[in-house]
Amino acid sequence: MRYLPLDGAEREAMLARIGVPDVDALFADVPADKRIEGLLDLPLAKSEMAVERILSAMAAQSLAAGSAPFFLGAGAYKRHIPASVDHLIQRSEFLTSYTPYQPEIAQGTLKVLFEFQTQVATLTGMEVANASMYDGSTACGEAMLMAHRLTRRGKAVLSGGLHPQYADVAATLAHCSGDRIERLAPDPLAREDLAAAIDGETSCVIVQSPDFFGNPRDLAAVAAAAHARGALLIAVFTDPVSLGALRSPGAMDADIVVGEGQGIGNALSFGGPYLGLFATRLKFVRQMPGRLAGETVDADGRRSFVLTLSTREQHIRREKATSNICTNSGLCALAFSIHLALLGGVGLRRLARVNHAGAVQLAERLSAVPGVEILNAHFFNEFTLRTPRPGAEVIEALARRGVIGGLPVSRLLPAAGLDDCIVVASTEVNSDDDRAAYASALADLLR
Amino acid sequence: MNREGRPTRPEPAEAGSRTTFTGARGLDIEEALIFETGRLDATGVDIEEAAPFASRLGALASDAAPELPGLTEPEAVRHYVRLSRDNYSIDAGLYPLGSCTMKHNPRLNEKMARLPGFADVHPLQPTSTAQGALAVIEALADALLVMTGMSAIAMSPKAGAHGELCGMMAIKAAIAARGEGATRHVALVPESAHGTNPATAALIGFSVRSVPAGDDGNVSVEAVRAALAPDVAAIMLTNPNTAGLFERQIVGIAEAVREAGAYFYCDGANFNAIVGKTRPGDLGVDAMHINLHKTFSTPHGGGGPGAGPVALSSRLAPFAPVPFVRREGDALRLVEHAEGTESFGRMSAFHGQMGMFVRALSFILSHGADGLRQASEDAVLSANYVRASLNDLMSAPFGERICMHEALFDDRWLKDTGLSTLDFAKAMIDEGYHPMTVYFPLIVHGAMLIEPTESESKASLDRFIMTLRDLAFAAKAGERERFTAAPVYAPRRRLDETRAARQPVLRWTRPPAA
Repeated sequence: MRYLPLDGAEREAMLARIGVPDVDALFADVPADKRIEGLLDLPLAKSEMAVERILSAMAAQSLAAGSAPFFLGAGAYKRHIPASVDHLIQRSEFLTSYTPYQPEIAQGTLKVLFEFQTQVATLTGMEVANASMYDGSTACGEAMLMAHRLTRRGKAVLSGGLHPQYADVAATLAHCSGDRIERLAPDPLAREDLAAAIDGETSCVIVQSPDFFGNPRDLAAVAAAAHARGALLIAVFTDPVSLGALRSPGAMDADIVVGEGQGIGNALSFGGPYLGLFATRLKFVRQMPGRLAGETVDADGRRSFVLTLSTREQHIRREKATSNICTNSGLCALAFSIHLALLGGVGLRRLARVNHAGAVQLAERLSAVPGVEILNAHFFNEFTLRTPRPGAEVIEALARRGVIGGLPVSRLLPAAGLDDCIVVASTEVNSDDDRAAYASALADLLR
Repeated sequence: MNREGRPTRPEPAEAGSRTTFTGARGLDIEEALIFETGRLDATGVDIEEAAPFASRLGALASDAAPELPGLTEPEAVRHYVRLSRDNYSIDAGLYPLGSCTMKHNPRLNEKMARLPGFADVHPLQPTSTAQGALAVIEALADALLVMTGMSAIAMSPKAGAHGELCGMMAIKAAIAARGEGATRHVALVPESAHGTNPATAALIGFSVRSVPAGDDGNVSVEAVRAALAPDVAAIMLTNPNTAGLFERQIVGIAEAVREAGAYFYCDGANFNAIVGKTRPGDLGVDAMHINLHKTFSTPHGGGGPGAGPVALSSRLAPFAPVPFVRREGDALRLVEHAEGTESFGRMSAFHGQMGMFVRALSFILSHGADGLRQASEDAVLSANYVRASLNDLMSAPFGERICMHEALFDDRWLKDTGLSTLDFAKAMIDEGYHPMTVYFPLIVHGAMLIEPTESESKASLDRFIMTLRDLAFAAKAGERERFTAAPVYAPRRRLDETRAARQPVLRWTRPPAA
């Protein structure tokens, strides 16, 4: 077996040193009647070539986003990632190292995390960011629990524009922790009155911008309303590139900012692994979940980096920890950090502008299709279409014509009465030909 | 890791250490932060400017680019390559972190995860266009069910601790469904447990009741019976446990827990020792997470991403979170909504760590039933070989007992040397080894937990053993300097962790103009 270096003679010699007759003696503690006789009911070992054949055949059963006009977003975005990003994250020293518990021989990872934290804090307009969470949805749930700890209140108000699966994750967590959730109705026109839902029991208001339907949301007014009642504003984003075009949540007075970082540096990968971004005010840092890298010096006085403030964490505090999180998304954070370092602020702004320009052109083409309406007054790179036929039907019909046209809202919100709505995203990978193909396929099937 | 025995105020620099002009030490090149070298007007990505158009951003458009430095590709490649060289890695050497399972990461798995049919598939594509991705989930779930002997598996949890949360939520839902939600709210957790166990229990509103381990390192049926009461919802037991020992009374414990109306959560962090040897379902487990990044060698990546699918017994299966994959004839379908089912809800957006699923499936297909069993046996054999080769010099808390995949020592043997476990660990760094896990499990004083894994050749194990023996002799011979000053050959010497925590600097800030 190509991954197992020991051979038969070596195993015998090792057993002799241990002083047991055979390998079964090493498993003597396993109750005899619970041991597996023979082998598991699985196929035998396979060569590299054989495994490659099997998995390649499975991969061929899915449509790759890059092989079709592709306009699906809703929390995960098809982006062009510079070749150097994937090369660098596969460096052995990044790929095959552990959490940096021994900082003297992990300065590479620690310095990356320190840079990553600085990038995320700058991008979100916040004072401090952690070293990542699992993904945007779990970061959002953790932010809700953090707001509970900070305010000692147990009711969270969720905007109807929050990604429905993020809201589901928060509701599941709240159910377990005994928090209450008030979930406002989804509305593609973003007419909800969040301020009216905030009361003296409210720990936080969770608002996504751009929201699930693509509307940029003015967080400043919500922040003011929340703060007036002693509640916190948690701002959520699902595409980090939007922060290259829109005012940062920090500039609009958010208290905690969480988001999905996949859209920079990370592949679609059918939903994971992704990258949870988490930033807040410095005064709240001791209630923040997750790992933190900090600066210090070593015995020679040289600047060094180390995991710090670990008295918040489970391996020290156990049941009194701020979260149970241990493993995070280190390698995805590295990919994000490299891609963002390549872009720089000016590159990110240019990329955001190209995304927006493409979306505007797409909106113009699609709204020219008879019977189709764009619901958003404003948007970044994602907007909501209303079609004369159910969205799910339209998307299936488009897929049969080789176009991935977006997300039928009914897939995630089956009971919201929004069956005629489709959320459509455009990124820099979409060409004018793609947009033309979409418009003509849509016109064709609605004819 | 714990607070005990961790001097965080290092000794001052020894006289005579010379500095270079650049701060570099030969190949170990001192690298500045991107914020110090990158330019705010630079970018390493060529993007065509969009032609003029009427913006539809509205009033929330920003008026300037974020203040983030940009690097051209040569600058970026050099920056990250230099940083990487300050890291230890499994590719570069034996990485004996107990409980973390640092085994070889096969590169085939990386290649497979990058096939466009996996890496470039959107989680919300019409499922008719994502059948291959669903097939991976189904195939991996099936293989994990064969290995665990359990009824169902929840694939969406993102890491081990997330899997624990999932399993405990299923238990909480099952108890609520029995109408006992108000009365059963205690989790029994052995003192030796991973910190994530009590943290998870607390997260879902359970209180924690400690169960002691016996002198043999195991939890006994009697100890569990003594802690069981009508308020107990679950026991959270790691098996093999954090001392690297198989819980000999596990079947009796499972029976006692079930008789008392509670559930058995097994922390599967150490599943890699028993794959192909015994099945948790046969031992009476109700829920167990599987760290794909440990047992099935998806890369640790400097701290993730991981993946933590949870195997469930028939008692808990109905409460599993959404989504799950269902086969309907030739087609695979995703069930994405909990409404109208007993499912307790949703753990995360989308469907779990597909990139890790592909890697784990590739590992399982490569090893096969025969290779998986051999890997478990080799891991246990190697750990016992290390144990038997060191136990004349170092002290083992549970005597001569055969261990599973990791060998545990304590610090009694260092008693008269004035040295701590931490000193010993830091001296290993100078010898070119990553230290073992230290100060965990907490029940053992000055614990040193060594997990060599099945990936090491005998020559590599022998060299490691000889190194530790040499260090142990040196410690006993009073060569204090070699330990208290260590490391001296690493990119950094011991760090001032107290300063990091007392005066936190958690991001770079522009220094004030002089």
